[in-house]
Amino acid sequence: MLYATELMGAKTYDAQGNYVGKIREFFIEPADQPNRIAHFLFSRGNFQPLVARYDQVASVEPGSMRLNVNERLLEPYEPNEAWLAVQKDLLDQQIIDTSGRKVVRVNDVDFAEQRTNGSVELRVTQVDVGLPGAVRRLFQGIAPRKFIRKVQGQFPQRAIRWEFVNLVESDPLRRVKLRITHEKLEDLHPADLADIMEDLSAAERQAIIASLDEETAAAVLGELDARLTTQIVEKLDPEKAADILEEMAPDAAADLLADLPKETSEELLEEMPGQEAADVRELLEFDPSTAGGMMNTDFVFVGESSTRDEVLKWMREEDLNLDQLDTIVLLDRVAQFSGTVPVARLLLAASEQPLAELKLEPLLSLTPDASEKEVFEIFDKYNLRMLTIVNEEKQPIGAITVDDVVSKLLK
Amino acid sequence: MWNRETIEAKWAGWTERAEGALAFFRPYRRRLALFLAVVGPGLIVSNVDNDAGGIYTYAQSGAKYGNTVLWSLIPMTIVLYVSLEMCSRMGAVTGKGLSDLIREEFGFRVTFFLMFLVLVVNFGNVMAEFTGVFWASETFGISRFISVPLAGLLVWAIVVAGTAKWVERIFLTICLVYLCYVVSAFLAKPEWLIALLHLLPPQLMQYIPTVHPFVQVPPFSASYAVILAALVGTTIAPWQHFYLQAAVVEKRVGPRQYGATRNDVLIGSISCMVIVFFIIVCTAYTLYTAGIHDIDSAKTAAIALKPLAGKWASALFAVGLLNASLFAASILPLSTSYVICEALGFESGIDRKFGEAKIFYGLYTALIVTGAIFVLFLGRFANAILLWSQVLNGFLLPVVMIFVLILVNRKDLMGDKVNAKGFNWVAWISTVAVIVLTLVVAYSSIRELMGHPVS
Repeated sequence: MLYATELMGAKTYDAQGNYVGKIREFFIEPADQPNRIAHFLFSRGNFQPLVARYDQVASVEPGSMRLNVNERLLEPYEPNEAWLAVQKDLLDQQIIDTSGRKVVRVNDVDFAEQRTNGSVELRVTQVDVGLPGAVRRLFQGIAPRKFIRKVQGQFPQRAIRWEFVNLVESDPLRRVKLRITHEKLEDLHPADLADIMEDLSAAERQAIIASLDEETAAAVLGELDARLTTQIVEKLDPEKAADILEEMAPDAAADLLADLPKETSEELLEEMPGQEAADVRELLEFDPSTAGGMMNTDFVFVGESSTRDEVLKWMREEDLNLDQLDTIVLLDRVAQFSGTVPVARLLLAASEQPLAELKLEPLLSLTPDASEKEVFEIFDKYNLRMLTIVNEEKQPIGAITVDDVVSKLLK
Repeated sequence: MWNRETIEAKWAGWTERAEGALAFFRPYRRRLALFLAVVGPGLIVSNVDNDAGGIYTYAQSGAKYGNTVLWSLIPMTIVLYVSLEMCSRMGAVTGKGLSDLIREEFGFRVTFFLMFLVLVVNFGNVMAEFTGVFWASETFGISRFISVPLAGLLVWAIVVAGTAKWVERIFLTICLVYLCYVVSAFLAKPEWLIALLHLLPPQLMQYIPTVHPFVQVPPFSASYAVILAALVGTTIAPWQHFYLQAAVVEKRVGPRQYGATRNDVLIGSISCMVIVFFIIVCTAYTLYTAGIHDIDSAKTAAIALKPLAGKWASALFAVGLLNASLFAASILPLSTSYVICEALGFESGIDRKFGEAKIFYGLYTALIVTGAIFVLFLGRFANAILLWSQVLNGFLLPVVMIFVLILVNRKDLMGDKVNAKGFNWVAWISTVAVIVLTLVVAYSSIRELMGHPVS
């Protein structure tokens, strides 16, 4: 195994044994091969810096490198946005470790040699984030290599395989050129991804949200710290922001919009489709510290006379939000609230049983102006998982679920 | 000319203007809420400045030169504000701590050596804070073998057991205890108008006819320069920059909340200097007027106040000193472990559990425990510890300020939030001035440690 730190500054000679210069940088060309060092940059005093391709390397070892061509065949260096620089873009920077689900700082980059006919290629195998890498960085060029290897051996290895390394690049154009995708991040749980984002800088967070699909982005924003969420949404392109808000639960969207300046939230609401915008607008009217401010308008309601089978059939056909599908609200003939049925009771009921027979006793509901303290008390007293909120005409207008209560209590 | 349309048009203009004026006041509630949400880091960081070493220096300068050192407070407020504002701005714009940025822009080795210096210097400061605890407790006749370990345990427990929000609330409340010095100063019965007059440079005021009889002109001597330099040196410390920027990042201050954070820093800088003003006035009108010009510790100052301003003034002075030392003793180790872990890539933050951030909490605990033990057993060398910690601060400060200035002027990091031209001039001039002054302090402290007191 070779380390970027040990190779950095290695003296390089061409096929004829002429001194070319010292290695100053390694470039990966992700569009071509994601882990191969495609180019080496050499510098020698005031001479123009030169670049060697991967197939021009004859041998490489710590401190020295040999090329298989003459110096004259090397090209002069021109900066290229599509090249990923090991020193500049990786060393000392933060990366996301998708297997360990956290943000870490790179101490060193490890290479493996791969011999092909007549040349040696370097492949990036892992990034070192532990103390051995730190020791190398500290002593390289000051202490003899034997000493460094001995000291670094005293510390436990902490490295992340290259496949699990997710780079964060805040410039969108460069991200495309470097083929950086955040597909692996989309597989993480939104709560983990939110934790990761809290460790990054503002520009990096913005870059990640912008590259996620709307559904994942909505889920992550729902998990993030409120102030970060507003900062991100404010800087997003309004159209994208509206698309993300549309994917969020109306109560989460309303909480978010309430923290934004009036003009921004108005602009976003106008971008959203009519129904979703109307739901959110309704919620925005309520004081956040009341039942109305905590409730969600997205709940499932059916007529109390319908039977279990009718309801199940209807639920299969509808595109329901499964997160909210814990309890069903019942309406009587005049569309007034008449009770709630937990889905668990529905499962065990006989197929022709009307839902009115399954409802929970006593009949509990609150009006939107009830204080959050009343909400907490009623949840605690009756061990509720969901509470219906009704208007003055006793019609259900929203529901508070236990997760709303938990997040409110933690604030 | 005065037909209906023009009158209506005129009125329309007025109503618009009136609405504009109302609109200015309408969001005040929101603004206040915003300010309260981000307030804290600036206020805390500038108040911690008035730590054991600080109070000793202020008391000493007041005793030695009376009102004539007061004029330096206004320029010092500006320097403090300018240097801290840059860090809070960097935190808000980049979302990264100062040590993070140094690591990313200057590489591992530079960062490692800087962090090593930070560790050594801050350890010196931690010892100085425990020295403050020791002085304060001896004023009340309590042995240091009781007070110092108790103080160590207290500050350790506050941070390890508490959550970030809770800890910050305690710290903000502690800021109020500094008002002890205001009361102390009132008990000293100073001539307020004359003291306030000395906030303006007396070198200029002596030429204004009506006020000149009241103006004392400072003597321009080497020891006067040393006192001025010591004032600056104890007021602006390198660890503050790291602490403030990390706290701004931790509070999730973004560009929109930044205005409130800047006010926080401004209010912090001013309130810090207001407290300094009261400490100096208190000692100027007691010790200086009574002819006690040389005090060798903050304890001496507190004890000497007793016959001059009463036992309450003396007790309040000591309580203030205890509070300041405890406050700084809990923030310094915390900030040090934050900065080092952040830069070298270890898990950090008081929101993490002990097991998740072992190095962070380990470092924090070690700083407190060894700091307290050193002071317990080397109590006789308290003054030397204090002087050395100031010398070390002086050496590190220019380095940190130069890093800050380089980073804050980088367009690729800060975008259009780099220093404005005029601000940059002020910042560089302040930096050079601070470098010169801290070198003066370092020189004189070393001479004093070698046994050649400058006076």
